[in-house]
Amino acid sequence: MTLLSVQGLDVAINGAPILRGVSFDIAPGQIVALTGESGSGKSMTALATMGLLPKGAVAAGKLLLEGRDILTTPETALCALRGNAMGMVFQEPMTALNPVHSIGDQVAETLRIHGTDSRAEARRIARDMLARVGLPDDRFPLSRFPHELSGGQRQRVVIAMAIARRPRLLIADEPTTALDVTTQAQILDLLRGLVADFGMGLMMITHDLAVVAKMADRIVVMKDGAVVEQGETRQILHHMRHPYTRALLAASTHRPKLSPRITKDDPILTVTDAVRSYAEPRKTLFGPRTVRRAVDGVSLTIHNRERVGLVGESGCGKSTLTRAILGLEPLQGGTITAFGHDIANLPPALRSGLQVVFQDPYGSFNPRHKVARLIAEPYHLLPRPPDSARREADIAQALTEVGLTPGDADKYIHEFSGGQRQRIAIARALILRPDLIVFDEAVSALDVSVRAQVLDLLARISASHGLAYLFISHDLSVVRSVTDRVLVMKSGKIVEQGETRAVFSNPQHPYTRALIAAAPVLPALHQEETA
Amino acid sequence: MVRYALKRALSLVISLIVASAVIFLVVEVAPGDPASFMLGLNAQPDTLAALRAELGLDVPRLQRYFLWVGGMVQGDFGISYAYRSPVAQMIAERMWVSLPLALYALGLSTAIAFPAGIYAASRRGTLGDTVVMGATQLGVAVPNFWFAMICVLIFAINLRWFSAGGFPGWEKGFWGGVKALTLPAIALALPQGAILARVMRSSLLDMLGEDFIRTARAKGLSRRQTLWRHALRNAMIPVLTIIGLQFSFLLAGAIIIEQVFFLPGLGRLVFQSISARDLIVVESVVMLLVFSVIVVNFAVDLAYAVVDPRLRART
Repeated sequence: MTLLSVQGLDVAINGAPILRGVSFDIAPGQIVALTGESGSGKSMTALATMGLLPKGAVAAGKLLLEGRDILTTPETALCALRGNAMGMVFQEPMTALNPVHSIGDQVAETLRIHGTDSRAEARRIARDMLARVGLPDDRFPLSRFPHELSGGQRQRVVIAMAIARRPRLLIADEPTTALDVTTQAQILDLLRGLVADFGMGLMMITHDLAVVAKMADRIVVMKDGAVVEQGETRQILHHMRHPYTRALLAASTHRPKLSPRITKDDPILTVTDAVRSYAEPRKTLFGPRTVRRAVDGVSLTIHNRERVGLVGESGCGKSTLTRAILGLEPLQGGTITAFGHDIANLPPALRSGLQVVFQDPYGSFNPRHKVARLIAEPYHLLPRPPDSARREADIAQALTEVGLTPGDADKYIHEFSGGQRQRIAIARALILRPDLIVFDEAVSALDVSVRAQVLDLLARISASHGLAYLFISHDLSVVRSVTDRVLVMKSGKIVEQGETRAVFSNPQHPYTRALIAAAPVLPALHQEETA
Repeated sequence: MVRYALKRALSLVISLIVASAVIFLVVEVAPGDPASFMLGLNAQPDTLAALRAELGLDVPRLQRYFLWVGGMVQGDFGISYAYRSPVAQMIAERMWVSLPLALYALGLSTAIAFPAGIYAASRRGTLGDTVVMGATQLGVAVPNFWFAMICVLIFAINLRWFSAGGFPGWEKGFWGGVKALTLPAIALALPQGAILARVMRSSLLDMLGEDFIRTARAKGLSRRQTLWRHALRNAMIPVLTIIGLQFSFLLAGAIIIEQVFFLPGLGRLVFQSISARDLIVVESVVMLLVFSVIVVNFAVDLAYAVVDPRLRART
């Protein structure tokens, strides 16, 4: 018997259709992946299944959980089902837990509200469940608070909460997107193990086809609120019928055509033994302050026209190093030199040769300025900014170069999608014709198809402008596809560096090996086999 | 937690020392002689000298500071020039009116604000929310002395439930005192409660939009349960901050209400002392108020830590 049967599910929010005729089944013990780009309706399908649609949503069709239609079940009965017959794990482990309650209380709460009468019994089960998800009581007592745990550990707590009552259906909405690759691999293993142990059905929502390929028994591909293709994972990956599925896979494995590497010994950025340390809070009232080194003796050189990658997991010091390179963080040791000058007192005219593109395409623009003004911002670095006619021409050219139109200069930033905003950020970085751009996780927030376009853009401008860049990312496959040389960072130190191809094919440091092993890889060959 | 409390206590002591030094400096070192200032322009030189000796102004400044602080620690605030009675005793008498009044008003304001704020937040966008928020808008806008006079008109003059003013003293019976303070406390509590209700509502609504509320709903908690178990405690930090500020204000800032109801409180004492140029009393009351504000802040800091475990860890 099927566990969950979604039949012709339509959802509209305030009249706007969000889901259109979504149908698929999940059997007990089966992992079904819902995949597609942002806005495809994956998360809305999950929320509809939990009976947690937002205000103003109207649903039609059938959503049968063990034969019972969720859409017609009253709220009180739904409360009894949630956390009991079905559990849900969310994307953001950092904010998914209540900061003022201990982890033991939060796991026990699931049990208490679903009928475990005694507090002691609830805590005993909570302890078992936390141990099952990899948080044994001797190291992670129930009295721990969420802020005392890492992101991966918090996600384990969320999973323990969701499975405490051994629900028949578990829904995981991008459960590993916010986590590092090594942590992601552990969480995916945990989820797979739980499905096998408990015989749960797992609805796994992810945009990452590599994760899907690794995890799912079946794939449901969604686009614009509708299912475009579904079937067995192997089948779908081998014989994709729908063009969208093919495009999605092509974008996921996309490798932009890099122009041939030009090796010139002409360093434009030199970091020598850089140290950036922070004083930690005192452990005792009058005790000494311990010092944490976020960047610990890092040396690197970027030559003219060189494309360099920097990979590492969150907290390894990448971001601190980036800020130091941009002159935004003082150093406690070592030097950073750009274009032959110390970064701290770089003359503004030279400063214009070093630009940056940040991760968040939504937060890195002033929403009250028009695009023209946003892009023209770096002009203040020039001793003599160009006159307005010249400026307009430059803005138009920069917009054209990144694939937008000159007319976009008069719009506000909210009129653009995430991918377009990132293009605008690149236009802003390009307008002064810099020699070096730092890309700080610049494509991490983008959908795969948009990411592919932005990476192509990057390859193109690096060739046409003779640009050098430092590409910082946690995503190994992206770094691999756009760089000539790569540096691997761990705990503030560079543990390995070399030619990108050599490092990826023959990693020397154990950490690099672990990173590469943990990163899920799409079976890219399938496409060619069938084509 | 203990370390956090100790650290806060240390900062409390330092704040007190700094505050006492500043008050001392302003009054003593500021240009002009306190004695001649107190006596006015036409003072006789011998009266002036006598007052200077009485005030202890013939002693070096640093020594005077320690005498003043030392005296306060032992409960000796000096002698009032205008009333010729010990300042400590005068303040103590007024304190017995002002402190209960502040606590009473704060209790009432909290009692209005919590239910109103929680009700409005849980029914966001409904008619109930609009009505409650409209009422708080009115509560913030209406001046409390005007509201106090309306209260007197209705409850004292027309209905004769309460007296129109004055304070019989606690020795005449507890309930008599409470009754005399009721109308002033209501008048003080109304605007404070309205502000607090608005803070409570917006803080709760912020929390209800958080990810952990969604997690709690996915566990099977109803809307009401998520509000009470998960949102409320997280929403308390800004509410506690406002409560702390309001208490300090109520203790010293009730001058107008004390005037309307003829209450012998601290506010009136300060007002009268300033008019009478009774610097010793002003200095002492200001120090006392500073002391109470710092102590209340300390209590609020401790309450933060009780509410939020992250603060306990960050010592």
